[in-house]
Amino acid sequence: MTSYPASKPGSQRHTLSVLVENRPGVLARIAGLFARRAFNINSLSVSPTERPDISRVTVTADVEDVPLEQIIKQLNKLLHVLKIVDLDPTTTVERELVLIKVAADESNRSDVLEIVRLFRVRVVDVNPESLTIEATGAGGKIDALLGLLEHYGIIELVRSGAVAMTRGPRALSEKVVGSEITGR
Amino acid sequence: MSPTPLQAFRGVNKSAADQHKRTIADGEKMTGAQALVRSLEDLGVKDVFGIPGGAILPVYHAINDQTGFRFILARHEQAAGHAAEGYAVATGEVGVCIVTSGPGATNIITAIADANMDSIPMVVITGQVGVDSIGTDAFQEADIVGATYPVAKHSYLVTNAQDVPRVLAEAHYIARSGRPGPVVVDLTKTAQNGEMYYSWPQRMILPGYNPVTEAHGHVLADAARMFQRSFRPVLYVGGGAVRSDAGNEIKALSDLTGAPIVTTLPARGIVPDDDPAVLGMLGMHGTIAATGAVQRSDLLVAIGARFDDRVTGKLEAFAPGARVIHIDIDPAEIGKNRVADVPIVGDVKTVLQALIPQIEQLHKEYGKPDLTTWWKLLDKWVEQYPVAYEEPTDGTLAPQWVVQQLSAEADPNTIWVSGVGQHQMWATQLIEFHHPHQWISSGGLGTMGFGLPAAIGAEIGSQQYFDGKKPVWLIDGDGSFQMTSEELATAFMEGTPIKIALLNNSVYGMVRQWQTLFYEKHYSATILHEEEKTGLVGVPDFVKLAEAYGCVGLRARTKEEAIECIRKANEINDRPVLIDFHVWKDAMVWPMIAAGDANDNVTYMPGIKPLLNPQGNVSLQDEPDTTEENN
Repeated sequence: MTSYPASKPGSQRHTLSVLVENRPGVLARIAGLFARRAFNINSLSVSPTERPDISRVTVTADVEDVPLEQIIKQLNKLLHVLKIVDLDPTTTVERELVLIKVAADESNRSDVLEIVRLFRVRVVDVNPESLTIEATGAGGKIDALLGLLEHYGIIELVRSGAVAMTRGPRALSEKVVGSEITGR
Repeated sequence: MSPTPLQAFRGVNKSAADQHKRTIADGEKMTGAQALVRSLEDLGVKDVFGIPGGAILPVYHAINDQTGFRFILARHEQAAGHAAEGYAVATGEVGVCIVTSGPGATNIITAIADANMDSIPMVVITGQVGVDSIGTDAFQEADIVGATYPVAKHSYLVTNAQDVPRVLAEAHYIARSGRPGPVVVDLTKTAQNGEMYYSWPQRMILPGYNPVTEAHGHVLADAARMFQRSFRPVLYVGGGAVRSDAGNEIKALSDLTGAPIVTTLPARGIVPDDDPAVLGMLGMHGTIAATGAVQRSDLLVAIGARFDDRVTGKLEAFAPGARVIHIDIDPAEIGKNRVADVPIVGDVKTVLQALIPQIEQLHKEYGKPDLTTWWKLLDKWVEQYPVAYEEPTDGTLAPQWVVQQLSAEADPNTIWVSGVGQHQMWATQLIEFHHPHQWISSGGLGTMGFGLPAAIGAEIGSQQYFDGKKPVWLIDGDGSFQMTSEELATAFMEGTPIKIALLNNSVYGMVRQWQTLFYEKHYSATILHEEEKTGLVGVPDFVKLAEAYGCVGLRARTKEEAIECIRKANEINDRPVLIDFHVWKDAMVWPMIAAGDANDNVTYMPGIKPLLNPQGNVSLQDEPDTTEENN
């Protein structure tokens, strides 16, 4: 039943949305659980939400179903964790922001700009030796863009990690009952 | 003042004054330290274990003759923690400890981890340096909240005095509710010295904590139908049933369905041993009947048990023909090691009370399944394979015989406590248990040194809740005992007349047994003393050690001396007694399943494997002779 490590080559990509109390130490507790089961996190982002007392953690990881189920149960045992959803990609909007500094001088700048135009992304800084590109989108688009730019030489790269929410009018935090955490 | 880097990172309140402003000043004005003591009183805490120190001094200053709880001064923080555990198991109340920061807090981590593994309700209050010193490597500073993340049910860092009563109310509730466990309250000196307005009761704010106690949906009906279709059911009962106090319900379920009861180590005594349905403990050192019943069952009903590796052996070969009903209050236990056909999340007692009428109803409609064939097999195992042992070859006492005599001579209300090792297994196998909460031992973590402090805690609990009418016997090994033997001082000074049976074989017996069986008899680092080499009766001389602490020390080398010592010990009620039994160092715990091996491969005594039939298959047909053929 148990499998270690939880992340193996070829495992399916999962996106977890975790609503937590917005207070110190919560991330350490969550990260500790992932580390214990050798759960290789692909990306992780944390931010405040529509409610000041609640933060939202988005985790993407390649993981098998059985250890994932166990880890979700273990996460649910943490008192600061309010709600966990393993998001279904078909009903989810998922986006990631990435900043890419590409080696581009006068000889190839126009080629890079052509790629920028095709992908509908933006240039946010220009230098005689480089271009910095800001791109947002789902993981697949970002990966495709990076594949094309690699050829010119990527000097520096930073990705925000995926953020995601379900389609439709509902909010995840609606399911968090009786929360008056700000009273603390 | 500016925050230290760590404070900025952790978001510790930079200005506690801001928070005071929005607090309504009703209630009685006092310090955080006084509020802590008052909160414990208002929670109904009657006994607190601990050791003072610099960072917790304001709290100790607030404890005085008027304080509503008894304070028990331990000699080591780990022992204070184990004492609180023993107290909690014996009484069903929450064990409470107050220790200092840094080394005091790190010392008690072992006890916290132990309580976490065995689901023992405990609140551990640790001192912490002032808010302005956190993260600066201040004297006796340790990040105890961070260090206990993986081994505690929950933890708090308290930086504001006004939070003290609410945090204590929450901590106590979290510790005792749901799946019980240890909660750490790290109390900064700032919070202890700060002023606050005390009011009680407190409103708890726990939006992420909603333990499920009642079964939901159709699972009870599913479970009842499974009982109806089963002809080889078995109840596999774990420590969760003890925490839930479900002894009567387990007995009722067994009586109703005819299913045998097998237990894990902590659940021994949940139903009295004289009940014919009780087959004893299963697993690595379990009885043949208990292990066999589970292996051959067609319905395994796990009740507050977690399929530990010491129970299951090789997981794939555990109860291969059984469908599984798993009742547990912790959803994370269900499906962790074994898939449950019917998962039931809820409090064991509540679930069983709801399940029993459903089974009764089915019996009324369809009659009761006939378990005659099943019991024929079980009875044969019980009769043919009682726990047995080899006689010593060197003239020393057989430790198993000593345990049997202790059990035979003891008051039936005795609370039995053990350390960890061979003696623990003999105790669980050979003591006749009469009540739940009568057996206290370190199961999941297997903490050597658990015994003596836990026995002291149990005795404190017995004095507080049972008028001292439940005597406490500690069965310990010389190795385990020496890990916390300083607590003899606590035992004497606190007036806890516990009785200690030291099964002294001068070796780490359980490790030696593995070395004998699996490591070519290479006794690496397991010999504690050899009389032939030192010419001394023991190092230490445990009789003198006991006497040095004001206790009575007795020594038994022969059966006559042993009986005499046991009787003498049972008559002493004004101070602790220690009996140094000189027992055989090559005694072994049987039956045994090697770690990771299939349970069918259990060895009853050397060379006898009753659960293996010639074909090696595990199906149950009515073949009464297969087991004998193998002997």
